[in-house]
Order: sequence, then C-alpha cells, then structure tokens
Amino acid sequence: MCGIVGLFLKDPKLEPQLGALLTDMLITMTDRGPDSAGIAIYSGAKDGLGKITVQSAQPEVDFKTLDADLHDAIGKPVAMLVKSTHAVLELPLDQLDAARTALAHLRPGVKVMSAGDSIEIFKEVGLPKDVAARFGVSKMKGTHGIGHTRMATESAVTTMGAHPFSTGTDQCLVHNGSLSNHNGVRRMLKREGMTFETENDTEVAAAFISHRLKEGDKLGEAMEATLTDLDGFFTFVVGTHNGFGVVRDPIACKPAVMAETDQYVAFGSEYRALVNLPGIETARVWEPEPATVYFWER
Amino acid sequence: MQTFDLEAQGLRALNASLHALKGLTNQTAWEIINPKGSHAIAVGVDAPIEITVRGSTGYYCAGMNKQATIRVKGSAGPGVAENMMSGTVIVDGDASQYAGATGNGGLLVIKGNAASRCGISMKGIDIVVHGNIGHMSCFMAQSGNVVVLGDAGDALGDSLYEARLFVRGSVKSLGADCIEKEMRPEHLALLADLLKRGEADGKAKPEEFKRYGSARKLYNFNIDNASAY
Repeated sequence: MCGIVGLFLKDPKLEPQLGALLTDMLITMTDRGPDSAGIAIYSGAKDGLGKITVQSAQPEVDFKTLDADLHDAIGKPVAMLVKSTHAVLELPLDQLDAARTALAHLRPGVKVMSAGDSIEIFKEVGLPKDVAARFGVSKMKGTHGIGHTRMATESAVTTMGAHPFSTGTDQCLVHNGSLSNHNGVRRMLKREGMTFETENDTEVAAAFISHRLKEGDKLGEAMEATLTDLDGFFTFVVGTHNGFGVVRDPIACKPAVMAETDQYVAFGSEYRALVNLPGIETARVWEPEPATVYFWER
Repeated sequence: MQTFDLEAQGLRALNASLHALKGLTNQTAWEIINPKGSHAIAVGVDAPIEITVRGSTGYYCAGMNKQATIRVKGSAGPGVAENMMSGTVIVDGDASQYAGATGNGGLLVIKGNAASRCGISMKGIDIVVHGNIGHMSCFMAQSGNVVVLGDAGDALGDSLYEARLFVRGSVKSLGADCIEKEMRPEHLALLADLLKRGEADGKAKPEEFKRYGSARKLYNFNIDNASAY
C-alpha cells in the first residue's frame, strides 16, 4: 500500500507551519504504511551554504566530533545539528562534493540521506508518529515538503529502504506502488554512472529522474519519461530545489487526491490526509489524471 | 432527524446503529457530520431510510447498500456504492475509481466526474454520471445501464456482456468486443427515465446520446476470434 503526503506552499505566511501541517498529514496515513516513515523538507537556502543530512546506526559514536573532523578534512567551517539518528551538516555550498568524499573516508558507516542547498531528509523504521517525533518534524519550517508512510513490498524494512529517496542534489522522490523492470533500469543507470545504496525499486525511479535532469531535461520532461521507461504501478511525488511534481502510471490503481488554494498545493494518497489543512473546505480538490504530469515551480 | 457526529462517535457505532434498523423504522432521516474522508461510511445498510453525509468520504461509502437513499454532499473515494443491491446513492461531487463496481441493483448518481473503472463488473445497477468517466469503465459489465453526460476514457466496455452504455460526449477508445449500436425507441424511453431519476433531465436529452454494447464475440472462446482478445 504506502501513503504519500506533500505540501507546496505558495503563501510564505504558512512556511513556519510546514512541519506541523505535514506531520498531521503523515500520521493520518499511518494505516497505509505503518512500518517506516520519512520526510523531505525544503527549508530554504542560506546564501552560499549547503546542507548534507546524514544517518548512522550508531549516532553517539559516528557523530562525535564529526563536524570538527570534517572541518579538518575540507578546511572550511562545518556546523552540525544532531537529530536522533540523523545529523544536518551545514557547510559552504561549493564544498558539498568534497565533504561527501571526505565523509565516506572519515565515517564509512554513515549514510548520506540528502545533499543540497535546501533539502533535509529524515527517515526511519517505526510508526509515522514516532518517526516524526524523534526528528521534531512538527517544528520544522520550509517552503515545501514530501512525506511517506511505507508498507514494504519490494525490499526489506530498513532505514535505507524507507522513502524519500534522494539521488541528486536537492532532489527527492516518494512512491506508492511497485516497479517490475527496476533491475534492468538500474543496470542501465549504473552504466551511465549513477550509484545506488539499496536494492529498492523506488530508488531506481528516483535515480532515473535524477539522471534525466542531469542530461538536461526539465522536471516535467523527466517525469513524463517515467511513463514510457518505467513498468509497474506508481504514483510518484517528486521534490526539487524549487518545485514539486506528481505523476501516476496509466493504469492508476494507486490512489491520489490533490487540493489547491491560493496558499498551497497539497497531495494526499487519500482525502483524509488533507482534511485539516487551512481552507480545505473551499479548496479545488481533484484526482490527478492517469499518465499526466503535474508540477509546480516557484 | 438523527444527527451522527462521525468524528466524536466513531465509525463502528455509526454502522452498528444503521445495521440495527430493520424493516420499517421511525428513524427514517439520518445526517452524518464530520465524515472527513473516513472509510466504509454507511456500508451494508438494509432499511428504507434517507442518509445525508455532510462532506467527502473515503473508500467504500454506501457499499452493499439495500433500500436506503444515501446522499454524499461532497466527493467520494474509491469504491462508492460497491456491490449495491438496491436503493439510491447520490454523490454531489466527484467519485474516485471503481464507483458502483459489481453493483447488483439500485441507482448510483454521480454529479461530478467518475474516475477509472466506473461500473466494473456491474450486474444490474444503473449508474448516471453527469460528468466524465475514466478508463476501463464497465469492464466485463454484465447487466444494468450506464449513462454518461460527458466523455468516456480509454477501453470503454472492454469484454462487455449485456450492460447498456449510453455516452453523450466522446469515447476515447472502445474496449475489446464493445461496439456502437443502434438507438431504438425503447432505448430512448429508458434513457429519458434514467436521466429523470438521475436528476439530469434538465441537462441532457436522450437523442444526444450514443449507445454502446457487446458484439457478443467473446462470450465463449472461439479460435476464429482470437485476434479480438
């Protein structure tokens, strides 16, 4: 099954509430995906600064002196904010690649969840309410965000198997459904130089879109290409630095509801996820059409 | 009028109260408030009562309905009026996928659009949709009538049996073994009645529709028809 929620804010006045609104939506989708949950928050860029969100199974060991060690390795200031099993490392934007290389060397057990100027991804095994609470998602601010509650089908229930998946700078993707040709597409993408952390089908979809964007596609074009190149059932919600997109496969078994007001565009696997949003009573509410790409960019 | 606050009182209490109504009852009018997209609202009702749901519903609203008139003052999630036996279900907004699936009888009216698989495997229900219907609608539909004032999506009536399909707008594509058929006087009379009962008689005239039905080539496997599967 799986549940997806997404919120793209048009009205800056709602930005302080983004985490709280998304948390409420995410918890409503618990019975669609009780085994793990995750959230990608686009919290806004700071001039010249980038962020890497990392995860560790042994945070007390791995995160101890990580900021200082990374500082020594790249020779630039690094700020670290630890949130449970995750830590957000803030450093100069032009040092993202250097920091990732150093990180792999300094802390081989640490996994990179996301990197970019705005994105932060937090995901763990457990009930959505517990996952949201351990990272303090309800207090997070931002411009847009995507959440996922997972009922695993194609790979094991692990932190790295949870969504969102991020395979490119400031990019992420969540998925409801299952892909049947992911092994073939993964092989093709590996030949093109993409790297993978898991055997998960959704990571392949994320990497497929990242690869297309790298090749020069616009977000809408990259999403359109999933309709011809990916086989299986899917509703995808995709986030980028400044955008938010939705696409469903042509069969469209996996449910999806969208709502739009002057203040936001919202996505939910079910209408239930949207009922507490401000102004939902008068929002334009619709079911996205099969095989049709929807996206919004600021 | 019985008013039931779904948020405060819960789904099981609602459906237990409705199931307790058998045959004739004095509690003939029910109002359900705060549905908030909940699943399985007013499923399995078997009494000649009127139920109004004030808001949008989730999966399977009014499923297996017998006798009751259930009106949704909002939109309905997947499987509204699934396997309905009799009675009437009216959705003021849109309906998600497989509305009226496997319905045996009664009338389902959708004032907005219906998504994919509307009336799939229907067995006698009548469905009137004021807007459009999505792809694979009426797949393997066995009997009953579907009236669509708008357009139909891909593969309408694929592997159709004896259901009658009336579409006023365009049909993106017909499914295997579904063909356009002649509109005879008895069909116009049937349509006039369905439009009236479907609260659509002011919106469309029977003459504006085309009729689609089964070419009856796929009922039994015949090697000469292999290319049609």
